Amino acid sequence: MLLHQKENRYLRIGIVLTAIVTLLAVVGYVWTPYDPTAMNAAAKYLPPCLSHPLGTDNFGRDILSRVMQGTGTTFFISLCTVFIGALVGVIVGALTGYFGGWIDEAIMRLNDAVTAFPSILLALVFITLLGFGKYNVILALGVAFIPSYARVIRSEFARHREMNYVKSARLMGASHGRIMFRHIMPNTLPVLLPTLVIGFNNAVLAEASMSYLGIGVKPPDVSLGYMLSESQSYMSAAPWYMLFTGMTIVLLILGVSLIGEGLQQRGG
Amino acid sequence: MLEIRDLHVQFRDSDHECVRGINLTVGDGEIVGLVGESGSGKTVTAMMVSGLLKSDRVITHGDIILDGCQLLSAGDETLQKIQGRDICVVFQEPMSAMNPVMRIGPQVEECLRVHTDLSKAERRERALQALRDVELNNVEEIYRKYPHELSGGMLQRVMIAAAILPNPKLLLADEPTTALDVTIQAQILELLKRLNRERGMSVLFISHNLNVVRKLCTRVAVMEKGQIVEDGATDQVFYHPQAPYTQKLIAAIPTRSKRRGE
Repeated sequence: MLLHQKENRYLRIGIVLTAIVTLLAVVGYVWTPYDPTAMNAAAKYLPPCLSHPLGTDNFGRDILSRVMQGTGTTFFISLCTVFIGALVGVIVGALTGYFGGWIDEAIMRLNDAVTAFPSILLALVFITLLGFGKYNVILALGVAFIPSYARVIRSEFARHREMNYVKSARLMGASHGRIMFRHIMPNTLPVLLPTLVIGFNNAVLAEASMSYLGIGVKPPDVSLGYMLSESQSYMSAAPWYMLFTGMTIVLLILGVSLIGEGLQQRGG
Repeated sequence: MLEIRDLHVQFRDSDHECVRGINLTVGDGEIVGLVGESGSGKTVTAMMVSGLLKSDRVITHGDIILDGCQLLSAGDETLQKIQGRDICVVFQEPMSAMNPVMRIGPQVEECLRVHTDLSKAERRERALQALRDVELNNVEEIYRKYPHELSGGMLQRVMIAAAILPNPKLLLADEPTTALDVTIQAQILELLKRLNRERGMSVLFISHNLNVVRKLCTRVAVMEKGQIVEDGATDQVFYHPQAPYTQKLIAAIPTRSKRRGE
Protein backbone atom coordinates (compact mmCIF):
# COMPACT_ATOMS: atom_id res chain seq x y z
CA MET A 1 0.00 0.00 0.00
CA LEU A 2 2.82 2.38 0.84
CA LEU A 3 4.48 1.90 -2.51
CA HIS A 4 1.29 2.28 -4.51
CA GLN A 5 1.52 6.04 -4.84
CA LYS A 6 3.02 6.83 -8.22
CA GLU A 7 3.92 10.45 -7.80
CA ASN A 8 5.27 10.38 -4.29
CA ARG A 9 8.97 10.76 -4.85
CA TYR A 10 9.71 11.71 -1.23
CA LEU A 11 8.25 8.51 0.05
CA ARG A 12 10.15 6.38 -2.44
CA ILE A 13 13.56 7.96 -1.93
CA GLY A 14 12.96 7.92 1.82
CA ILE A 15 12.13 4.24 1.83
CA VAL A 16 15.22 3.40 -0.24
CA LEU A 17 17.58 5.40 2.01
CA THR A 18 16.06 4.02 5.18
CA ALA A 19 16.18 0.51 3.77
CA ILE A 20 19.93 0.83 3.14
CA VAL A 21 20.65 1.97 6.69
CA THR A 22 18.23 -0.58 8.16
CA LEU A 23 19.92 -3.34 6.21
CA LEU A 24 23.25 -2.20 7.58
CA ALA A 25 21.89 -2.33 11.11
CA VAL A 26 20.11 -5.66 10.76
CA VAL A 27 23.11 -7.35 9.17
CA GLY A 28 25.25 -5.79 11.89
CA TYR A 29 23.31 -7.73 14.49
CA VAL A 30 24.27 -11.10 13.05
CA TRP A 31 27.47 -10.52 11.13
CA THR A 32 30.17 -7.88 10.91
CA PRO A 33 33.35 -8.12 8.79
CA TYR A 34 35.52 -7.88 11.90
CA ASP A 35 34.82 -7.99 15.61
CA PRO A 36 33.78 -4.37 16.31
CA THR A 37 35.77 -4.31 19.54
CA ALA A 38 38.87 -6.25 18.43
CA MET A 39 41.93 -4.02 18.56
CA ASN A 40 44.82 -4.34 16.18
CA ALA A 41 47.90 -2.22 16.91
CA ALA A 42 49.35 -2.99 13.48
CA ALA A 43 46.36 -1.49 11.65
CA LYS A 44 45.88 1.91 13.33
CA TYR A 45 44.49 4.85 11.35
CA LEU A 46 44.19 2.93 8.12
CA PRO A 47 42.41 4.96 5.43
CA PRO A 48 39.62 3.20 3.53
CA CYS A 49 41.09 0.28 1.61
CA LEU A 50 40.00 -3.13 0.33
CA SER A 51 40.34 -5.02 3.61
CA HIS A 52 38.80 -2.16 5.66
CA PRO A 53 36.28 -0.42 3.36
CA LEU A 54 35.76 2.46 5.80
CA GLY A 55 39.24 2.42 7.35
CA THR A 56 40.23 1.81 10.98
CA ASP A 57 40.34 3.95 14.11
CA ASN A 58 42.94 4.76 16.75
CA PHE A 59 42.85 1.21 18.17
CA GLY A 60 42.90 -0.43 14.76
CA ARG A 61 39.21 -1.39 14.99
CA ASP A 62 37.33 -1.80 11.73
CA ILE A 63 35.09 1.22 11.25
CA LEU A 64 32.57 -0.51 8.99
CA SER A 65 31.98 -3.14 11.67
CA ARG A 66 31.60 -0.46 14.29
CA VAL A 67 29.24 1.60 12.15
CA MET A 68 27.12 -1.48 11.55
CA GLN A 69 26.88 -2.28 15.22
CA GLY A 70 26.44 1.33 16.23
CA THR A 71 23.60 1.81 13.77
CA GLY A 72 21.95 -1.26 15.25
CA THR A 73 22.15 0.16 18.76
CA THR A 74 20.90 3.56 17.66
CA PHE A 75 18.04 1.91 15.83
CA PHE A 76 17.12 -0.22 18.81
CA ILE A 77 17.17 2.72 21.21
CA SER A 78 15.13 4.93 18.88
CA LEU A 79 12.52 2.28 18.16
CA CYS A 80 12.04 1.48 21.83
CA THR A 81 11.86 5.17 22.64
CA VAL A 82 9.17 5.73 20.03
CA PHE A 83 7.33 2.66 21.26
CA ILE A 84 7.25 3.77 24.89
CA GLY A 85 6.47 7.38 24.08
CA ALA A 86 3.78 6.54 21.55
CA LEU A 87 2.13 3.82 23.62
CA VAL A 88 1.73 5.97 26.70
CA GLY A 89 1.15 9.12 24.66
CA VAL A 90 -1.62 7.56 22.60
CA ILE A 91 -3.40 6.17 25.64
CA VAL A 92 -3.16 9.45 27.55
CA GLY A 93 -4.15 11.46 24.47
CA ALA A 94 -7.06 9.20 23.66
CA LEU A 95 -8.48 9.30 27.18
CA THR A 96 -8.10 13.04 27.66
CA GLY A 97 -9.29 13.94 24.18
CA TYR A 98 -12.28 11.65 24.33
CA PHE A 99 -13.54 12.40 27.80
CA GLY A 100 -12.40 16.01 28.17
CA GLY A 101 -13.33 17.78 31.37
CA TRP A 102 -11.09 18.68 34.26
CA ILE A 103 -8.90 15.58 34.01
CA ASP A 104 -8.10 16.64 30.47
CA GLU A 105 -7.18 20.12 31.72
CA ALA A 106 -5.00 18.76 34.50
CA ILE A 107 -3.12 16.26 32.36
CA MET A 108 -2.60 18.74 29.56
CA ARG A 109 -1.12 21.32 31.93
CA LEU A 110 1.23 18.61 33.20
CA ASN A 111 2.02 17.94 29.57
CA ASP A 112 2.81 21.62 29.05
CA ALA A 113 5.13 21.52 32.02
CA VAL A 114 7.02 18.55 30.57
CA THR A 115 7.16 20.14 27.13
CA ALA A 116 8.54 23.36 28.59
CA PHE A 117 11.66 21.43 29.58
CA PRO A 118 14.02 20.74 26.70
CA SER A 119 13.80 16.96 26.28
CA ILE A 120 17.59 16.59 26.46
CA LEU A 121 17.59 18.31 29.84
CA LEU A 122 14.79 16.09 31.07
CA ALA A 123 16.62 13.01 29.86
CA LEU A 124 19.74 14.27 31.62
CA VAL A 125 17.85 14.42 34.90
CA PHE A 126 16.67 10.86 34.37
CA ILE A 127 20.16 9.62 33.59
CA THR A 128 21.51 11.29 36.69
CA LEU A 129 18.90 9.52 38.75
CA LEU A 130 19.06 6.12 37.02
CA GLY A 131 22.65 5.87 35.85
CA PHE A 132 24.11 5.24 32.39
CA GLY A 133 23.33 2.46 29.97
CA LYS A 134 21.14 2.01 26.94
CA TYR A 135 18.02 0.89 28.77
CA ASN A 136 18.09 4.00 30.90
CA VAL A 137 18.52 6.11 27.78
CA ILE A 138 15.43 4.44 26.33
CA LEU A 139 13.42 5.08 29.45
CA ALA A 140 14.56 8.69 29.76
CA LEU A 141 13.90 9.57 26.14
CA GLY A 142 10.66 7.60 26.06
CA VAL A 143 9.22 9.59 28.95
CA ALA A 144 10.50 12.85 27.52
CA PHE A 145 8.68 12.18 24.24
CA ILE A 146 5.30 11.20 25.71
CA PRO A 147 3.80 14.72 25.56
CA SER A 148 4.46 15.16 21.85
CA TYR A 149 2.32 12.13 21.03
CA ALA A 150 -0.29 12.81 23.67
CA ARG A 151 -0.89 16.30 22.31
CA VAL A 152 -1.37 15.20 18.71
CA ILE A 153 -3.63 12.29 19.59
CA ARG A 154 -5.63 14.34 22.03
CA SER A 155 -6.53 16.97 19.47
CA GLU A 156 -7.52 14.28 16.97
CA PHE A 157 -9.75 12.56 19.50
CA ALA A 158 -11.33 15.83 20.57
CA ARG A 159 -12.11 16.54 16.91
CA HIS A 160 -13.55 13.13 16.14
CA ARG A 161 -15.52 12.93 19.36
CA GLU A 162 -18.08 15.38 17.98
CA MET A 163 -18.44 13.69 14.62
CA ASN A 164 -21.67 12.02 13.59
CA TYR A 165 -20.21 8.59 13.08
CA VAL A 166 -19.05 8.58 16.70
CA LYS A 167 -22.48 9.73 17.81
CA SER A 168 -24.12 7.01 15.80
CA ALA A 169 -21.77 4.39 17.22
CA ARG A 170 -22.68 5.63 20.67
CA LEU A 171 -26.37 5.46 19.78
CA MET A 172 -25.91 1.86 18.73
CA GLY A 173 -24.75 1.29 22.27
CA ALA A 174 -21.03 0.78 21.63
CA SER A 175 -18.90 1.13 24.76
CA HIS A 176 -16.44 3.97 25.26
CA GLY A 177 -13.44 1.70 24.85
CA ARG A 178 -14.80 0.31 21.64
CA ILE A 179 -15.55 3.75 20.25
CA MET A 180 -12.11 5.01 21.19
CA PHE A 181 -9.99 2.21 19.87
CA ARG A 182 -12.10 0.57 17.19
CA HIS A 183 -13.83 3.61 15.72
CA ILE A 184 -11.70 6.69 16.31
CA MET A 185 -8.21 5.22 16.50
CA PRO A 186 -7.95 4.14 12.85
CA ASN A 187 -9.08 7.62 11.83
CA THR A 188 -6.10 9.18 13.59
CA LEU A 189 -3.55 7.14 11.62
CA PRO A 190 -2.95 9.77 8.92
CA VAL A 191 -1.80 12.09 11.70
CA LEU A 192 -0.23 9.49 13.95
CA LEU A 193 2.04 7.90 11.33
CA PRO A 194 3.98 11.06 10.39
CA THR A 195 4.24 11.89 14.08
CA LEU A 196 5.76 8.48 14.78
CA VAL A 197 8.24 8.97 11.95
CA ILE A 198 9.26 12.42 13.13
CA GLY A 199 9.43 11.06 16.66
CA PHE A 200 11.82 8.35 15.49
CA ASN A 201 14.07 11.00 13.97
CA ASN A 202 14.02 13.07 17.10
CA ALA A 203 14.91 9.98 19.08
CA VAL A 204 17.89 9.25 16.81
CA LEU A 205 19.14 12.80 17.23
CA ALA A 206 18.50 12.85 20.96
CA GLU A 207 20.31 9.55 21.45
CA ALA A 208 23.21 10.82 19.35
CA SER A 209 23.47 14.03 21.34
CA MET A 210 23.24 12.19 24.65
CA SER A 211 25.91 9.69 23.73
CA TYR A 212 28.00 12.49 22.29
CA LEU A 213 27.78 14.30 25.61
CA GLY A 214 28.85 11.11 27.36
CA ILE A 215 25.53 10.45 29.11
CA GLY A 216 24.28 7.83 26.70
CA VAL A 217 25.41 4.28 26.02
CA LYS A 218 28.57 3.01 27.64
CA PRO A 219 31.21 0.64 26.21
CA PRO A 220 31.19 -2.14 25.08
CA ASP A 221 27.89 -0.92 23.58
CA VAL A 222 28.54 1.41 20.74
CA SER A 223 26.11 3.84 19.13
CA LEU A 224 26.49 6.36 16.36
CA GLY A 225 26.52 9.29 18.78
CA TYR A 226 29.12 7.61 20.94
CA MET A 227 31.32 6.97 17.92
CA LEU A 228 30.98 10.55 16.83
CA SER A 229 32.30 11.81 20.14
CA GLU A 230 35.11 9.24 19.97
CA SER A 231 36.12 10.20 16.46
CA GLN A 232 36.34 13.87 17.33
CA SER A 233 39.71 13.40 19.00
CA TYR A 234 41.19 11.85 15.87
CA MET A 235 39.73 14.25 13.40
CA SER A 236 43.08 15.03 11.76
CA ALA A 237 44.60 11.54 12.03
CA ALA A 238 41.51 9.61 10.85
CA PRO A 239 38.94 12.01 9.35
CA TRP A 240 37.12 9.10 7.68
CA TYR A 241 35.97 7.83 11.09
CA MET A 242 34.03 10.98 11.78
CA LEU A 243 32.95 11.32 8.18
CA PHE A 244 31.42 7.88 7.81
CA THR A 245 29.75 7.91 11.22
CA GLY A 246 28.27 11.31 10.55
CA MET A 247 27.15 10.28 7.11
CA THR A 248 25.27 7.28 8.48
CA ILE A 249 23.36 9.52 10.85
CA VAL A 250 22.61 11.94 8.03
CA LEU A 251 21.41 9.14 5.76
CA LEU A 252 19.16 7.70 8.45
CA ILE A 253 17.66 11.06 9.38
CA LEU A 254 17.23 12.12 5.77
CA GLY A 255 15.60 8.83 4.79
CA VAL A 256 13.18 8.83 7.69
CA SER A 257 12.35 12.53 7.23
CA LEU A 258 11.52 11.92 3.60
CA ILE A 259 9.23 9.07 4.60
CA GLY A 260 7.56 11.39 7.08
CA GLU A 261 7.18 14.09 4.45
CA GLY A 262 5.80 11.58 1.97
CA LEU A 263 3.29 10.23 4.49
CA GLN A 264 2.14 13.71 5.32
CA GLN A 265 1.56 14.48 1.66
CA ARG A 266 -0.39 11.29 1.26
CA GLY A 267 -2.45 12.04 4.32
CA GLY A 268 -3.23 15.44 2.73
CA MET B 1 -45.27 3.95 22.58
CA LEU B 2 -43.29 7.14 22.89
CA GLU B 3 -44.64 9.88 25.05
CA ILE B 4 -43.02 13.24 25.69
CA ARG B 5 -44.61 15.14 28.56
CA ASP B 6 -43.96 18.80 29.26
CA LEU B 7 -40.32 18.59 28.17
CA HIS B 8 -38.08 21.56 28.87
CA VAL B 9 -34.46 21.61 27.73
CA GLN B 10 -31.86 24.24 28.40
CA PHE B 11 -28.17 24.05 27.54
CA ARG B 12 -25.94 24.62 30.52
CA ASP B 13 -23.95 27.32 28.76
CA SER B 14 -26.96 29.25 27.50
CA ASP B 15 -29.50 31.42 29.28
CA HIS B 16 -32.69 30.50 27.47
CA GLU B 17 -34.60 27.29 27.01
CA CYS B 18 -34.47 25.84 23.50
CA VAL B 19 -37.34 23.47 24.16
CA ARG B 20 -40.09 25.03 26.23
CA GLY B 21 -42.58 22.51 27.46
CA ILE B 22 -43.61 20.27 24.60
CA ASN B 23 -46.05 17.36 24.63
CA LEU B 24 -45.88 14.77 21.88
CA THR B 25 -46.94 11.17 21.48
CA VAL B 26 -46.01 8.65 18.84
CA GLY B 27 -48.37 5.71 18.76
CA ASP B 28 -47.56 2.14 17.73
CA GLY B 29 -46.90 1.93 14.01
CA GLU B 30 -47.44 5.63 13.51
CA ILE B 31 -45.28 7.94 11.42
CA VAL B 32 -45.23 11.31 13.10
CA GLY B 33 -43.65 14.32 11.45
CA LEU B 34 -42.02 17.03 13.49
CA VAL B 35 -41.60 20.16 11.40
CA GLY B 36 -40.31 23.61 12.07
CA GLU B 37 -37.64 26.00 10.91
CA SER B 38 -33.96 25.72 11.85
CA GLY B 39 -33.45 26.48 15.50
CA SER B 40 -37.02 25.68 16.48
CA GLY B 41 -35.80 22.90 18.76
CA LYS B 42 -36.77 19.85 16.75
CA THR B 43 -33.29 18.35 16.61
CA VAL B 44 -32.75 19.00 20.31
CA THR B 45 -35.99 17.14 21.00
CA ALA B 46 -34.77 14.24 18.88
CA MET B 47 -31.40 14.20 20.62
CA MET B 48 -33.14 14.09 23.98
CA VAL B 49 -35.20 11.11 22.89
CA SER B 50 -32.22 9.26 21.49
CA GLY B 51 -30.20 10.00 24.61
CA LEU B 52 -27.40 11.89 22.87
CA LEU B 53 -27.74 14.88 25.14
CA LYS B 54 -26.73 13.95 28.65
CA SER B 55 -27.33 15.82 31.84
CA ASP B 56 -23.76 17.14 31.85
CA ARG B 57 -24.67 19.42 28.96
CA VAL B 58 -28.33 20.21 29.47
CA ILE B 59 -30.79 20.92 32.22
CA THR B 60 -34.04 19.11 31.62
CA HIS B 61 -37.48 19.04 33.06
CA GLY B 62 -40.41 16.78 32.19
CA ASP B 63 -40.69 13.17 31.05
CA ILE B 64 -39.81 11.07 28.05
CA ILE B 65 -41.46 7.67 28.29
CA LEU B 66 -40.80 4.79 25.92
CA ASP B 67 -43.09 1.82 26.52
CA GLY B 68 -43.46 2.68 30.16
CA CYS B 69 -39.75 3.26 30.71
CA GLN B 70 -38.64 6.66 31.93
CA LEU B 71 -35.72 7.69 29.73
CA LEU B 72 -34.69 10.90 31.46
CA SER B 73 -34.26 9.36 34.87
CA ALA B 74 -32.95 5.98 33.66
CA GLY B 75 -29.43 4.92 34.56
CA ASP B 76 -26.67 4.61 32.01
CA GLU B 77 -26.98 0.85 31.83
CA THR B 78 -30.70 0.87 31.08
CA LEU B 79 -30.14 3.58 28.51
CA GLN B 80 -27.40 1.69 26.78
CA LYS B 81 -29.76 -1.25 26.43
CA ILE B 82 -32.48 0.91 24.96
CA GLN B 83 -30.27 2.90 22.64
CA GLY B 84 -29.44 0.97 19.56
CA ARG B 85 -32.09 -1.65 20.22
CA ASP B 86 -35.41 0.01 20.91
CA ILE B 87 -34.54 3.41 19.49
CA CYS B 88 -32.44 3.74 16.37
CA VAL B 89 -31.44 6.91 14.60
CA VAL B 90 -30.88 7.86 10.98
CA PHE B 91 -28.90 11.05 10.55
CA GLN B 92 -29.14 13.82 8.01
CA GLU B 93 -25.71 13.53 6.43
CA PRO B 94 -25.01 9.87 5.62
CA MET B 95 -21.41 10.59 4.63
CA SER B 96 -20.45 11.97 8.02
CA ALA B 97 -22.50 9.44 9.96
CA MET B 98 -20.34 6.59 8.70
CA ASN B 99 -16.84 5.91 9.90
CA PRO B 100 -14.67 6.65 6.84
CA VAL B 101 -12.06 3.98 7.58
CA MET B 102 -14.34 1.10 8.47
CA ARG B 103 -15.95 -1.21 5.93
CA ILE B 104 -19.73 -1.06 5.53
CA GLY B 105 -20.39 -4.54 6.91
CA PRO B 106 -18.92 -4.14 10.39
CA GLN B 107 -20.60 -0.76 10.74
CA VAL B 108 -24.01 -2.17 9.94
CA GLU B 109 -23.42 -5.00 12.38
CA GLU B 110 -22.23 -2.78 15.19
CA CYS B 111 -25.45 -2.88 17.22
CA LEU B 112 -25.71 -6.65 16.91
CA ARG B 113 -22.18 -6.98 18.23
CA VAL B 114 -23.06 -4.82 21.20
CA HIS B 115 -26.52 -6.11 22.01
CA THR B 116 -26.51 -9.77 21.06
CA ASP B 117 -24.10 -12.67 21.21
CA LEU B 118 -24.63 -13.90 17.70
CA SER B 119 -21.66 -15.51 16.00
CA LYS B 120 -19.74 -13.71 13.30
CA ALA B 121 -21.41 -15.66 10.51
CA GLU B 122 -24.90 -15.05 11.91
CA ARG B 123 -24.23 -11.34 12.26
CA ARG B 124 -23.03 -11.22 8.69
CA GLU B 125 -26.11 -13.04 7.48
CA ARG B 126 -28.41 -10.66 9.34
CA ALA B 127 -26.53 -7.63 8.03
CA LEU B 128 -26.72 -8.87 4.45
CA GLN B 129 -30.44 -9.46 4.89
CA ALA B 130 -30.92 -5.94 6.23
CA LEU B 131 -29.02 -4.52 3.26
CA ARG B 132 -31.33 -6.49 0.96
CA ASP B 133 -34.34 -5.18 2.91
CA VAL B 134 -33.42 -1.61 2.05
CA GLU B 135 -33.42 -2.59 -1.63
CA LEU B 136 -29.70 -2.57 -2.24
CA ASN B 137 -28.23 -4.83 -4.91
CA ASN B 138 -24.93 -6.70 -4.78
CA VAL B 139 -25.05 -6.70 -1.00
CA GLU B 140 -22.03 -9.00 -0.72
CA GLU B 141 -19.99 -6.42 -2.56
CA ILE B 142 -21.35 -3.47 -0.59
CA TYR B 143 -20.61 -5.32 2.63
CA ARG B 144 -16.90 -5.15 1.81
CA LYS B 145 -16.81 -1.55 0.59
CA TYR B 146 -15.76 1.64 2.34
CA PRO B 147 -18.23 4.53 2.72
CA HIS B 148 -16.45 6.74 0.17
CA GLU B 149 -17.04 4.13 -2.51
CA LEU B 150 -20.84 4.50 -2.28
CA SER B 151 -23.18 7.28 -3.36
CA GLY B 152 -25.16 9.41 -0.90
CA GLY B 153 -28.42 7.60 -1.60
CA MET B 154 -26.80 4.20 -1.15
CA LEU B 155 -25.18 5.32 2.08
CA GLN B 156 -28.49 6.54 3.42
CA ARG B 157 -29.94 3.13 2.65
CA VAL B 158 -27.02 1.55 4.47
CA MET B 159 -27.71 3.82 7.45
CA ILE B 160 -31.34 2.76 7.43
CA ALA B 161 -30.28 -0.88 7.18
CA ALA B 162 -28.07 -0.41 10.24
CA ALA B 163 -30.94 1.28 12.06
CA ILE B 164 -33.56 -1.39 11.35
CA LEU B 165 -31.24 -4.32 11.98
CA PRO B 166 -32.09 -4.76 15.68
CA ASN B 167 -35.82 -4.35 14.90
CA PRO B 168 -36.29 -1.17 16.93
CA LYS B 169 -39.64 -0.06 18.25
CA LEU B 170 -38.94 3.51 17.25
CA LEU B 171 -36.96 4.86 14.33
CA LEU B 172 -35.82 8.43 14.74
CA ALA B 173 -35.12 10.02 11.39
CA ASP B 174 -33.47 13.42 11.65
CA GLU B 175 -33.89 15.01 8.22
CA PRO B 176 -32.77 11.82 6.50
CA THR B 177 -33.53 13.09 3.01
CA THR B 178 -32.27 16.66 3.15
CA ALA B 179 -28.85 15.87 1.71
CA LEU B 180 -30.25 13.82 -1.16
CA ASP B 181 -31.61 14.79 -4.55
CA VAL B 182 -35.33 14.61 -5.20
CA THR B 183 -35.54 11.22 -6.94
CA ILE B 184 -33.48 9.48 -4.30
CA GLN B 185 -35.47 11.34 -1.67
CA ALA B 186 -38.71 9.87 -3.00
CA GLN B 187 -37.22 6.37 -3.01
CA ILE B 188 -36.04 6.69 0.58
CA LEU B 189 -39.48 7.89 1.66
CA GLU B 190 -41.12 4.92 -0.03
CA LEU B 191 -38.64 2.68 1.72
CA LEU B 192 -39.44 4.17 5.13
CA LYS B 193 -43.15 3.79 4.47
CA ARG B 194 -42.73 0.17 3.49
CA LEU B 195 -40.62 -0.64 6.54
CA ASN B 196 -43.18 1.04 8.75
CA ARG B 197 -45.98 -0.99 7.17
CA GLU B 198 -44.18 -4.33 7.19
CA ARG B 199 -42.57 -4.17 10.58
CA GLY B 200 -45.03 -2.00 12.45
CA MET B 201 -42.14 0.22 13.43
CA SER B 202 -43.03 3.70 14.69
CA VAL B 203 -41.19 6.57 13.07
CA LEU B 204 -40.51 10.05 14.36
CA PHE B 205 -39.61 11.97 11.25
CA ILE B 206 -37.94 15.33 11.67
CA SER B 207 -37.88 17.66 8.74
CA HIS B 208 -38.26 21.21 7.57
CA ASN B 209 -39.57 20.03 4.24
CA LEU B 210 -43.36 20.17 4.40
CA ASN B 211 -43.89 18.34 1.12
CA VAL B 212 -41.92 15.38 2.37
CA VAL B 213 -43.81 15.31 5.63
CA ARG B 214 -47.13 15.48 3.84
CA LYS B 215 -46.23 12.47 1.67
CA LEU B 216 -44.99 10.34 4.53
CA CYS B 217 -46.61 11.11 7.85
CA THR B 218 -49.90 10.21 9.40
CA ARG B 219 -49.63 12.94 12.00
CA VAL B 220 -47.73 16.21 12.11
CA ALA B 221 -46.53 18.39 14.94
CA VAL B 222 -45.34 21.90 14.13
CA MET B 223 -42.67 23.46 16.29
CA GLU B 224 -41.89 27.13 16.65
CA LYS B 225 -39.38 28.61 19.06
CA GLY B 226 -39.25 25.56 21.27
CA GLN B 227 -42.99 25.00 21.49
CA ILE B 228 -45.43 22.86 19.61
CA VAL B 229 -47.93 25.24 18.09
CA GLU B 230 -50.01 22.69 16.25
CA ASP B 231 -50.44 18.93 16.39
CA GLY B 232 -52.91 16.90 14.37
CA ALA B 233 -53.61 14.50 11.51
CA THR B 234 -51.64 15.40 8.39
CA ASP B 235 -54.62 16.36 6.28
CA GLN B 236 -56.15 18.33 9.10
CA VAL B 237 -52.96 20.36 9.56
CA PHE B 238 -52.39 20.94 5.87
CA TYR B 239 -55.95 21.83 4.86
CA HIS B 240 -57.17 23.56 8.00
CA PRO B 241 -54.14 24.96 9.76
CA GLN B 242 -55.11 26.62 13.03
CA ALA B 243 -51.97 28.34 14.26
CA PRO B 244 -50.86 31.47 12.38
CA TYR B 245 -47.32 30.05 12.15
CA THR B 246 -48.55 26.91 10.42
CA GLN B 247 -50.61 29.01 8.03
CA LYS B 248 -47.51 31.00 7.14
CA LEU B 249 -45.45 27.84 6.66
CA ILE B 250 -48.02 26.28 4.36
CA ALA B 251 -48.41 29.49 2.39
CA ALA B 252 -44.67 29.40 1.82
CA ILE B 253 -44.73 26.03 0.03
CA PRO B 254 -43.96 26.73 -3.61
CA THR B 255 -46.73 25.53 -5.89
CA ARG B 256 -47.04 25.40 -9.64
CA SER B 257 -49.64 28.11 -9.87
CA LYS B 258 -47.59 30.50 -7.79
CA ARG B 259 -44.52 29.92 -9.90
CA ARG B 260 -46.47 30.69 -13.03
CA GLY B 261 -47.77 33.88 -11.50
CA GLU B 262 -44.29 35.27 -10.87
